[in-house]
Amino acid sequence: MSEKTGSAKRKKLVSDILVNGALLILVLMWTIPTIGLLVSSFRTRFDISTSGWWSVFPHREWVKVTERELGDDLDRDGVMEIEGVTGTFKEFRDGIETSDGKRITWIGNKRLGRIEIQENKWTMRTDFTTENYGQVLAGKEFEIRQADGSVKIEQGDNFWGAILNSITVTIPATLIPILIAAFAAYGFAWMRFPGRRVFFIIVVALLVVPLQIALVPILRDYTKLDLNGTFLAVWLAHTGFGLPLATYLMFNYISGLPRDILESAFIDGASHFTIFTRLILPLSVPALASFAIFQFLWTWNDYLVALVFIGAKPDVQVLTMRLAEIVGSRGSDWHLLTAGAFISMVLPLVVFFSLQRFFVRGLLAGSVKG
Amino acid sequence: MQKATDMQTMDAKSSTVIEWFTSAIGRLIISLIVPGITFLVLWQGFIFLRESDAPKVVIAVVAIIWGVGGIAILYVVSNWLIEQMPAHWTRRLQPFVFIGPAMAILAWYLAIHTFRTLWISFYNRDGTELVWLQNYATIFTDRLMLETFRNNLLWILFGATFSVVFGLLIAVLADRSRFETFAKSLIFLPMAISMVGAGVIWNFIYEVKGVADPQIGLLNAIWVGLGGQPQAWTALLQPWNNLFLIVIVVWLQTGFAMVLFSAAIKGIPGEMIEAARVDGATEIQIFFRIMIPYIMGTIITVSTTVVIFTLKIFDVIMVMTGGQFGTHVIATQFYRQYFTNRNFGLGSAFAIILLLAVIPVMIYNLKQFSEREAF
Repeated sequence: MSEKTGSAKRKKLVSDILVNGALLILVLMWTIPTIGLLVSSFRTRFDISTSGWWSVFPHREWVKVTERELGDDLDRDGVMEIEGVTGTFKEFRDGIETSDGKRITWIGNKRLGRIEIQENKWTMRTDFTTENYGQVLAGKEFEIRQADGSVKIEQGDNFWGAILNSITVTIPATLIPILIAAFAAYGFAWMRFPGRRVFFIIVVALLVVPLQIALVPILRDYTKLDLNGTFLAVWLAHTGFGLPLATYLMFNYISGLPRDILESAFIDGASHFTIFTRLILPLSVPALASFAIFQFLWTWNDYLVALVFIGAKPDVQVLTMRLAEIVGSRGSDWHLLTAGAFISMVLPLVVFFSLQRFFVRGLLAGSVKG
Repeated sequence: MQKATDMQTMDAKSSTVIEWFTSAIGRLIISLIVPGITFLVLWQGFIFLRESDAPKVVIAVVAIIWGVGGIAILYVVSNWLIEQMPAHWTRRLQPFVFIGPAMAILAWYLAIHTFRTLWISFYNRDGTELVWLQNYATIFTDRLMLETFRNNLLWILFGATFSVVFGLLIAVLADRSRFETFAKSLIFLPMAISMVGAGVIWNFIYEVKGVADPQIGLLNAIWVGLGGQPQAWTALLQPWNNLFLIVIVVWLQTGFAMVLFSAAIKGIPGEMIEAARVDGATEIQIFFRIMIPYIMGTIITVSTTVVIFTLKIFDVIMVMTGGQFGTHVIATQFYRQYFTNRNFGLGSAFAIILLLAVIPVMIYNLKQFSEREAF
């Protein structure tokens, strides 16, 4: 009997290790890309372009101990003897290890090069800086202190401005559709009127319609109304594209509220408007919050709608556009790209982690949207 | 005497004016004018915002208050007007105050434009000549266009499948682990990251340096460490370079699939699985014979959502390759044809094809909806 429980215990332990081990590997696969970005954004421009971000972790590396100039008397085309080891230029360039664990490496070109004596040591590259963030956020000009103490002026990327634009786009683009959808959901759920079913079927049908379908004609209308490049244009576009899901989610929630609450309010002589603002809105906070997080992340992270409707105006550009622009124009400036990408992620991540519960609830209710 | 009659007619006149104001037509006209004025005031505010040179922070705050407050005021005003009307009119019109704005915006932003786009797609590149189906003929015969469809197919085949499979795998594993919440949060985290941001993250992983230089991209560092030559992952080996882009979207949306699967798995009655265990079923049998059939509904929902999402994929490709190296998909072709090549007809035709692709899902949704008794 005890042997049997013992083997069952062992079996459980093995499966525990298997499950948690597999889960750990998957979690690492999912988090390492973001960690790499975060670590890189704090490294100096030089470090990022010359070594992988993982070199901030302890690792063995050949590190310079001393260096010295080489005399002119060496036969650089033949076999040379330096620091007690012999070899050709090519061999020295790749590094020759000495018997006492050091390495002699030729740095620079054949004629003017020097010699470095290196040791294989445990090291970490922990030369961190916040200068990347400073440069990305800066408005017009940004001073960079060079290694030799001189100051170099570079163009900043004006992410501050883009952050403000993103906030200005996102907050109304989140609140306006919620308000409109809540009114509509109440209408669908608690009012009787001709065409109610047909209108709601339209809402359901529009749930999966790709927004690309409407971009072109809307752009034409906006051009006629001189709306292109304004915040209003983007708010209304996000409202239009977010509204089917918002109405659908809010309807599901509001129509599920207990009917007696409303009936007793009606008997007390309250109008629909009063019931809606005083009773339904406060009761619907969980649903409102779920959709708000959804819509916030969606509009904050949106690139296509912003690109189409405010693309021409640089002073209204949102974060994703600024970031994509740097990718296009200076795709190898990793010190700026990593910092910029992380700046664009901070607010959504904060919202996400603080309100994750609501977000998951919204996902579960709204998984019909495309 | 004369004066008195004058007064009387005056009285009669003014009373008819008041009557007229309270009559149905009068009310209707007022209820058109007041929102009109409100709208005009708001529009002036908008013009001010557009033309003002105030500091950015001020403009941002004013814009937010103006935008959200303006919409709220529109509702209050129109509802007040409706409530001034005779009771039976109020009852009849009030629903339209509630759903009207939503339906108007939906009509203008999605419904009507679907037909306009369809119409534009029948015209030539600048809309001067009706060519009927020629744009569609181009799309379905041109080699570069066909490449677009092949890529979309790859996206759906690999992107959607891997998202669903990984999502299910992680949900099942997490369900049996003590670190469930922690693991799920981390897998879910990329959902909060923009596709542009994700593009930067993965561009960095795929970064390639010369043979002699140290590799700063993780993938090439591993690859070179294993003895390979540094590769430009997203440019070479077409069409398989698409897979390196697809990985990004799998990374982004697996969390979504996982959350839904996780909730579904929690809904499976514990006794059912216990009973199967007592009967000697292995864990793998339990997974395939009990869990999968039980959560089939969720699997279908997640799969359709993920397929639609991958079908519309745009940002990732724009940021990673811009459609070069044979990586265009329908949504990026739409953008390229319309905004770069200024071929309005062809661009619109791509948008219509995107719509056609989601119509089966739309029909499915509608069928589900009409089967619901509640409405």
